[in-house]
Amino acid sequence: MFTPLWLTLKVALLATLFAGAAGIALGWWMARRRFPGQSVLDSVLLLPMVLPPTVLGYYLIVLVGRNGLIGHWLERWFGITLLFTWQGAVLAAAVVSLPLIYKAARAAFEETDGRFAQAARTLGAGEWEVFLRISLPLALRGIGAGLALSFARAMGEFGATLMIAGNLPGRTQTLSVAVYAAVQAGDDRLALSLTLVISVVCVVLLVLASRLLQAKH
Amino acid sequence: MQINRWLRSAACAVSLVLASPLLWAQEIVVSAAASLTNAFQAVGKAWEQAQPGRKATFNFAASGALLAQMQQGAPVDVFASADQPTMDKAQASGLIAPDTRANFVKNELVLIVPAKAASAPKTLEDLTGDTYKRIAAGTPASVPVGRYTMNVVEQAKLAGPLQPKWIYGESVRQVLDYVARGEVDAGFVYRTDALVKKDDTQIAFAVPTTSPVTYPIAQLTASKQAAAAQSFIAFVRGPEGQKILEGFGFSQP
Repeated sequence: MFTPLWLTLKVALLATLFAGAAGIALGWWMARRRFPGQSVLDSVLLLPMVLPPTVLGYYLIVLVGRNGLIGHWLERWFGITLLFTWQGAVLAAAVVSLPLIYKAARAAFEETDGRFAQAARTLGAGEWEVFLRISLPLALRGIGAGLALSFARAMGEFGATLMIAGNLPGRTQTLSVAVYAAVQAGDDRLALSLTLVISVVCVVLLVLASRLLQAKH
Repeated sequence: MQINRWLRSAACAVSLVLASPLLWAQEIVVSAAASLTNAFQAVGKAWEQAQPGRKATFNFAASGALLAQMQQGAPVDVFASADQPTMDKAQASGLIAPDTRANFVKNELVLIVPAKAASAPKTLEDLTGDTYKRIAAGTPASVPVGRYTMNVVEQAKLAGPLQPKWIYGESVRQVLDYVARGEVDAGFVYRTDALVKKDDTQIAFAVPTTSPVTYPIAQLTASKQAAAAQSFIAFVRGPEGQKILEGFGFSQP
């Protein structure tokens, strides 16, 4: 029962790392700039949040499958296959959790007072320094809440993960997939224990996220 | 007020009209193994034509998944499984009426490879070679085709060498999809499934199984449409149903 847990934590952690880096960077960029087509880009970035997971899974298969647009190239030049691997599971989880951290980061950056950043610039700080020492610390609570939600979403990802990574015990069978397999096999006891584990972890994450958002006021 | 009265009577009339089919139509829910998808859809249409007023709604998935649904109380009238053990479990749980249980078709296990594959294996031992890094099979715990496959592999004493190569599918159709897409190097499906995707897959050879691949069908004890359920089962086992099934590659039990 613990193998799926370790696997899920590993996948969710890495997925949140990648999605977090991308989401924070994109959130900052979109908060600071105004350009035509911005709302379209915003919608595209939020798409994984509203698309059915099976649709996402299918897009990913078409992209990174052996005969896929990117997958074919990945396999020929790097020998990398993403289907049926835990790395594929990380990809699926990162894609679905990106909108959560992006939205939270963008909102957090937009809420910070631009005057602090301007003051830093007049004092000679470069853009990177402004980001690291002014904008990011000011937005940290909102970003922290977004990361907690992203992590919870990555942990719970099922549909796209099942399609990309499959249900391989010990290799890609994350907690949510393990629950599904246990129910299919009629093993109610296993299904129940796995469900309780996920529920407890998710409740803890949600409490953490709401504390981070509340403490601001 | 005149309008209110008119609206009320119109609403009554409309709901009576809508409800009336429910009064005389008999609708049954048939849970059938994934490999029966195309065949049973055709059989269902033929049965509905032969029995006006009766309708069949199908629920296709791996037999183990269907059993799990019925055990949790899913309202099903007829169950068609791809192997005997799943139907045995249904019988042991008291879900099916044993006197309605009968075998209705036979199928064959085959090894398939993607159509674009350079070569096809000739024997099971060939699968231990390096050309075959990923082999798809049904999840043995819930998918009958996976159980047939593992039994054959164990009998051939290849369980060890093939262990790291398995990619498990949730149903025989998912195994078929993996092979058709070229995501795996080979897969074990039924002959009837290979026929569904003949352009994307090629059959390497037929795999003799440790027990015959016979499909049982039965009526559920909790079924509220016993007459319609039995009519469907009789149709499936009768000459017209059998002819349709044979057209899809199934053989007589």
